[in-house]
Amino acid sequence: MTTEITYYPGCSLEGTAVDYAASIAGITPLLDLQLNELEDWNCCGASSAHSLNAHLALALPARNLVLAEQAGRDVVAPCALCFNRLKAAEKALKSGAGAKVGIAYQGAIKVWDLLDYLTQETFITALAQKVVKPLKELKAVGYYGCLAARPPAVTDKQDFENPQNLERLLAALGASPLDWSFKTDCCGAGLAVARPDIIDTLVSRLYERALAAGAECFVVSCQMCQANLDLSQERISQKFGRDYYLPVLYFTELIGLALGHPQVEEWLAGHLVDPLPLLRQKGLI
Amino acid sequence: MPITTKPSLQPDPSLPARLSKANLAVSPCYQCRKCSSGCPLTFAMDLLPDRVIRLALLGQEDRVLNCRTIWVCSSCETCTTRCPNGIDIAGVMDWLKEEAVTRGVATPQPGVVAFHRVFLESIRRAGGRLPEALMLRRYGLFKLWHRPNIPELVRDLKLGLKLYRKGRLRLAGPKALKGQAEIEAIFKQAEF
Repeated sequence: MTTEITYYPGCSLEGTAVDYAASIAGITPLLDLQLNELEDWNCCGASSAHSLNAHLALALPARNLVLAEQAGRDVVAPCALCFNRLKAAEKALKSGAGAKVGIAYQGAIKVWDLLDYLTQETFITALAQKVVKPLKELKAVGYYGCLAARPPAVTDKQDFENPQNLERLLAALGASPLDWSFKTDCCGAGLAVARPDIIDTLVSRLYERALAAGAECFVVSCQMCQANLDLSQERISQKFGRDYYLPVLYFTELIGLALGHPQVEEWLAGHLVDPLPLLRQKGLI
Repeated sequence: MPITTKPSLQPDPSLPARLSKANLAVSPCYQCRKCSSGCPLTFAMDLLPDRVIRLALLGQEDRVLNCRTIWVCSSCETCTTRCPNGIDIAGVMDWLKEEAVTRGVATPQPGVVAFHRVFLESIRRAGGRLPEALMLRRYGLFKLWHRPNIPELVRDLKLGLKLYRKGRLRLAGPKALKGQAEIEAIFKQAEF
């Protein structure tokens, strides 16, 4: 039986993260999941709204919540930042901030981030049964980033310091998830444009710690993290005189790979750090 | 001899009072410094996060509104998550950023402020969704105007071209929403 849920893609899935969007559209039918894109959704305002204008930081995501509530189903966001802003607006509206800005929101629906939604027990079980190409010996660190997890008062997450669902998913797909201490450390994506020098420090630290854990790749659930770790890799390698090769894969791409989706290579072609050499070496492509 | 206090060290309760009113009370701080210990951005800051909280509590407006810290804070929420006294430290940083901009305080990080402005203006002009390519072009122009750095510009252009070839940079932005007027009304109400 097909499950339906409202889908809030967010702006970058129409732009710099079209590969993530394509992989999501590719794998959800395999899980009998139908994503209904929220009609006329708008930008959540991201970090810039909450940095400069508290009203925008509430009213922009709130409009989406109201639309989603009218659509009548829970809403899922693939972007950690969108998820966080929707949750922050939900908390504010539920504690009475709506009246001040003229927004009526009952809060009858739940806001999910895509990783959490797809790693519910039923999906993990279904996925494990559909694996045709186990991701054997793929040594990966799960990188969750900040905002899907923190702050728990906003995200309602229990295991915000040491989440495990990417690891559970990777294990179900036959990969070898590695433990490391930096899975929720910040990559600084919000400063990537204005202060790339700061990113160099933060991201090179992540590369080094991932390598120290024995990782061959990152697996991410946030397109800001993906862009930041993928797009900066050449620049950071040059700056620090290192020769980093750490592909940054979306968890949805790995689901597609393990389940034998025919378009995986098209999705992966969008990455700047080409994952194909690694996947060929593992006999996965 | 009478004890005198330098005017700049005179505690001023109005700042912590305004923070409290915004649900951002700083008075529960007992200076454990857990915020600063866990902060991944301290290397780029001039004041550690616990100092920002302490100075805000003492009403040292000049210090906290002019510092670099509030602008290089990446809003990763580690401090807010770990504060044993429930202080929303990242929220305080946001409040100080908005206050600094509203009051026209000269920022030590004009690039970061300009980025946020361009980001929000781009959403407004595009009618509700962020046109990424347009936003990056406009920020590029800001940089060219304010602190031209040719090698950096060439590097950015090369990266942009690569992304374009990979289909990850769409020059045509998103269409304006049916609810464009609602978005405009939100921006007006926000006095942005």
